[in-house]
Amino acid sequence: MEEHIANTCRGGVQKCHNTHQTATSGLIFKESFLWGKSREGRCAVSIPAQDVEESLLDPELTADAPELPQLSEMDVVRHYTRLSQWNFGVDSGMYPLGSCTMKYNPKTNEVQAARPGFSGAHPLLDEDLCQGALEMIYNLEQYLAEITGMEAVTLQPAAGAHGELAGMLAIHAYHAKTGHQRSKIIIPDTAHGTNPASATLCGYESINIHSGEDGILTPEAVAAVMDEETAGIMITNPNTLGLFEESIKEIADIVHAKGGLVYGDGANMNAIMGIVKPGDLGIDVIHLNLHKTFSTPHGGGGPGSGPIAVVKALEPFLPVPRVEKKDDRYTLVYDKPDSMGRMLTFHGHFSILVRAYSYILTMGAKGLTDVSKLAVLNANYIKESLRGDLHLPYDRPCMHECVFTDKFQADNGVSTLDMAKRIMDYGFHPPTVYFPLVVHGAIMIEPTETESKETIDQFIGAFKSIVQEAKENPEILKSAPHLAKLSRLDEVSAARKPVLRG
Amino acid sequence: MKELNELNLPEDLKYSDDHEWARVDGDIVTIGIDDYAQDQLGEVVFVEVPEVGDTFSKGDQFGTVESVKAVSEIYTPVSGEVVEANEALADAPELINNSPYKDGWIVKIKADDLSELDNLKDKASYFQMLKG
Repeated sequence: MEEHIANTCRGGVQKCHNTHQTATSGLIFKESFLWGKSREGRCAVSIPAQDVEESLLDPELTADAPELPQLSEMDVVRHYTRLSQWNFGVDSGMYPLGSCTMKYNPKTNEVQAARPGFSGAHPLLDEDLCQGALEMIYNLEQYLAEITGMEAVTLQPAAGAHGELAGMLAIHAYHAKTGHQRSKIIIPDTAHGTNPASATLCGYESINIHSGEDGILTPEAVAAVMDEETAGIMITNPNTLGLFEESIKEIADIVHAKGGLVYGDGANMNAIMGIVKPGDLGIDVIHLNLHKTFSTPHGGGGPGSGPIAVVKALEPFLPVPRVEKKDDRYTLVYDKPDSMGRMLTFHGHFSILVRAYSYILTMGAKGLTDVSKLAVLNANYIKESLRGDLHLPYDRPCMHECVFTDKFQADNGVSTLDMAKRIMDYGFHPPTVYFPLVVHGAIMIEPTETESKETIDQFIGAFKSIVQEAKENPEILKSAPHLAKLSRLDEVSAARKPVLRG
Repeated sequence: MKELNELNLPEDLKYSDDHEWARVDGDIVTIGIDDYAQDQLGEVVFVEVPEVGDTFSKGDQFGTVESVKAVSEIYTPVSGEVVEANEALADAPELINNSPYKDGWIVKIKADDLSELDNLKDKASYFQMLKG
């Protein structure tokens, strides 16, 4: 069988090394820009004959028609079908992108979001006419409050970094309200890169602190910089090394003692959902990525959603309108004098919220807890299986993702980038590379709970095979990928001399 | 990646622990990143330099160097006012890789107090630090 696969692959044995390789070559179409296909008069719709009297608009309201390519329906369908075939997604293969939680997006979520009552509802409908939509918003907020152990939730923020901004605006508003605005915020080196940006937008200066030798933060490091000019700390838990911040409670106590607040970056919630409630750890505000933890489409698949959950003291500052429930009736409440105002038009990314709601209801409490258990088990299985093949900078149990480096491969001149490119030839999306920054040559793998043991074993086998290739045939790695539509891209020229217009 | 003994570390410069170099000429200090830093970063694709007239205190971040791998902050080893920034880096960031000590200089600062440079390392002790 192995020989058969090898013989039928383009490029022969060199490109189809072994059975760990789940990818082969195929016929991929070139595709031009739609403008190149445009022909005068070509059209994809037949407009019905005019059966009413012509009534011209005021010329002041009109202008030249927009310039659009003229195409038949088949031109358009083939164009986007071909582009989609160039793509790699969770629906085509394992996507172990660390810190991104690229889990499978169940199709039932799509069915629920497409229900006419949701998909056809206008966001400006009178409350009486959209009670079901408001009920969904209210219930989802309640569920997320329960999962995080917090008092209140807003679903408005558009995605994770926007949620961070909303959370930091709540902290900023809290300090303003209590009479003493502060100037600084503590950010550990294992936090997400967007954290300092969110803090800066609120006018806070970032004070960076280093994690300890075992990759987690020490209470001493926080105590050394925490003072009454510091608004609080932004902490990612589990952190970007995939490690649980074990001193989180002590750290929260240190920050609270000086009047500061604790911002939790919930991007890594997939490791602790149902096991630990951030509210019990002393966190005051946390954002969630529905497009990570709650299985809504991620990346090019659709808009994100970054709700925040807060403790009672921060509830007055949440964006308006709030959905409130009184006697089985849901109302939109705008009268919140301390609110930060709107974070987004209408009610957030509503149809994404429906998908997350569908996920929570289909999984149930036990199912969501199992998600975290399996996500952590899968990551530790990969960590243990590849130990020895790849260098493990922090040798301790990990959470939902594990971090390796290219240290063992350096002698053969093979880098993290080369291995990441080569894994594409085996039919896997590359893991996250060169992040977190505190690890030199990092390879960060997050399998998520949705991959089967068989698929994970294939991935492990692929990586072991690449490690072998690095010793025997490093050139095949340095020029990889070989089976992708485009081979190694010139990243340097792309960054130095970008072509920003087609 | 270069071996340590392949690094070009001129004798007449002072080096910071963060891999910046400094050259003193009167009260003007020219600052850049050294061969070790450019080699570790890889191909530099963008350099953010400060404005002439900006003032910095020792240890402040005054710019960033972005490579295909990462964005790194650069810190000034001396307090003072920026008198010149290397505008050529905007169109040719590769100067940092090709000529870190000459054409790839980043900024010239009129120093408030040259004695701040005393705790920088000379070539020998910097090289010792890299060896670890």
